[in-house]
Amino acid sequence: MKKKVKANGNFDEDREPAMKLRLYVAGQTPKSLAALSNLKRICAKHLDGKYELEVIDLIKNPQLAQGDQILAIPTLVRNLPVPMRKIIGDLSNVDRVLVGLDLRGTGPVPEKNPPLSEKAMGAKL
Amino acid sequence: MAKHSKAVEFAIAQNGEPHLSALPKSPTGIKGLDEISGGGLPRGRTTIVCGGPGCGKTMLGMEFLIRGAQEFNEPGVLVAFEETPQEMERNVASLGFDLKSLVARKKLFLDYVYVEPSEIQETGDYDLEGLFIRLQHAVDSVGAKRICLDTLEALFSSFSNEGVLRAELRRLFRWLKERNLTTVITAEKGERTLTRHGLEEYVSDCVILLDHRVREQISTRRLRIVKYRGTSHGADEYPFLIDNQGISVLPVTSLEMRHKVSVERVSTGIADLDEMLGGKGFYRGSSVLISGTAGSGKTTMAASFADAACRRGERCLFVGFEESVDQVTRNMSSVGLDLKQWVEKGLLVHEAWRPTEYGIEMHLLRIHKLIDAVKPDHVVVDPITNLITGGARKEVYSMLIRLMDYLKGRKITSVFTNLTLNNDDLEHTDIGISSLTDTWILCRDLELNGERNRCVYVLKSRGMAHSNQIREFVLSREGIRLVPPYIGSGVVLTGSSRVAQEAKEMAEALVRSQEIEQRQEALERKRCALDAQIKILKMDFAAEELELERIIRLEQSRETRLELERDLMNRIRTGTPEQTADTAMAKGAGDAK
Repeated sequence: MKKKVKANGNFDEDREPAMKLRLYVAGQTPKSLAALSNLKRICAKHLDGKYELEVIDLIKNPQLAQGDQILAIPTLVRNLPVPMRKIIGDLSNVDRVLVGLDLRGTGPVPEKNPPLSEKAMGAKL
Repeated sequence: MAKHSKAVEFAIAQNGEPHLSALPKSPTGIKGLDEISGGGLPRGRTTIVCGGPGCGKTMLGMEFLIRGAQEFNEPGVLVAFEETPQEMERNVASLGFDLKSLVARKKLFLDYVYVEPSEIQETGDYDLEGLFIRLQHAVDSVGAKRICLDTLEALFSSFSNEGVLRAELRRLFRWLKERNLTTVITAEKGERTLTRHGLEEYVSDCVILLDHRVREQISTRRLRIVKYRGTSHGADEYPFLIDNQGISVLPVTSLEMRHKVSVERVSTGIADLDEMLGGKGFYRGSSVLISGTAGSGKTTMAASFADAACRRGERCLFVGFEESVDQVTRNMSSVGLDLKQWVEKGLLVHEAWRPTEYGIEMHLLRIHKLIDAVKPDHVVVDPITNLITGGARKEVYSMLIRLMDYLKGRKITSVFTNLTLNNDDLEHTDIGISSLTDTWILCRDLELNGERNRCVYVLKSRGMAHSNQIREFVLSREGIRLVPPYIGSGVVLTGSSRVAQEAKEMAEALVRSQEIEQRQEALERKRCALDAQIKILKMDFAAEELELERIIRLEQSRETRLELERDLMNRIRTGTPEQTADTAMAKGAGDAK
């Protein structure tokens, strides 16, 4: 599964996306599903739709793991803007995710670790 | 894969006998390692190769994979955590391995796993499924039977959550075992433990420890099989080295003494010395030690042997540690040995290098490699003493033992020369190796009456009748010549004293023979004198005889006449006149006649 998600649909085709993200998962494990839903929520809150997200399932495309040096699952890779950043884990620690994505202080301060929504997890994958 | 209960494995390990259903093994193809491990690494299991930095861990892992792919048709996967594929290619290209071509032919899969800790932010629960996926992908794409993870411990610096990491490592080893992959994992040596992060806790089938130490400014690498479950293995530290042909572990030979021996004999190159060795020389494939003091003719003796071998059309390897090739060639030509012609004909391979050039095992490996390349019938090492400068005495001896064993196993006659420094303990200094040699020839100088003479004797020679004499030998333009021994008055004389003694004896013999002649002449003279006397006596006797006979006749005739006269007188007196005195006398004379 390799799909590009244009988040929220309000992303402008002509504009270069402010942030390019790739999420590497390995099948639909609880960790992977949690990571995806956590990521979507963070992006919605802090990036205002100005991002491009690619979800790569390594079980289907194992050869892609080499390129971005993926070991841990799940891994979120920020390709743009440079420098490249890697965030591993299910992204449940929002503060750390924001630090990892260099979003500290740019967006609205989020509430601490919002509870995961089962519905969001199931819906998107 | 044969499965053993612990008890069976233990039993096999205990009695050291390779069992029929013993562990299946994957040969490494690394010289010597397969011998000491009894056939290679455990097939389908994990081996840890640990050691300090720069000890050759990666090289061992790489060679295991490359040789597996090249020689045993077992494709492999290399997962490198520290070096990029380009660096790897360059590293092994210097050893003559073409990594690129192996990758292109799908014999090898390279995966460079790199994790930069500073780039990583941990944000919750994760696992290393990505690594497993990559491994699976790599294994599948070449159908790998072997895998090397170099150095797995890099993960410990990349991921801070050790709990997750250890759980994943445990899963990894299980994963490798399930897929029946013969695995090599390299690991840095820890302070007190075999590996810094205790990887040996997870893997316990085979642990190989590498060591790189410097002693007296000469570096040596050593390898030890710390553990090899279910198999007997050499437990010592074995020196090894990495050169342009990869890793070589000593011994290159087997640990067992099962070599077949030859009954064929080869000449020593010196007819008289052959004579001392039961008339035929050394046994083919035996080991010969020629020891002696400085300048006692060891090299010449060894060169004579090499010369004779080449003359028979056999190949000979001459390794010198004392003199350069040119120097030996020149010096030997002064005693009538033309070694150059054999070198030109390719029968003699003459190599010389400095003993201080490398450590002891490097020397022996270089010799081993030459032997492999040249495939000689005979090997001369001149002298082994100088090797001691390259290592501790004990190590040198153990190396030499292995070399001798290796040569014997290949039926190569070996001639070692050994310089003994002190005349007094000539026979003790070599004790370490002398017990291993089959024939031991001692050259020594005898100092007497202001001169030094070379002597040779056979101290021992297994399996043949040999002379007990100490023989003097001389080096001349015609080579080595043994002088017939002077045996007399219970002493062995050499040099001019021998010559003087011989002259003295010759003079005495002359005198004796002259005396006999004189006596014979005297006897002859006596016989002549006797004969002459006998002749005179005989002649005297004959003359006397004649005289006596004449007198006897005269007397007889006188007697007859007297009788006649008496008769006549009688008749006259009695008157018988017919007979006169004259006629009676005539009648008497006629009777007498």
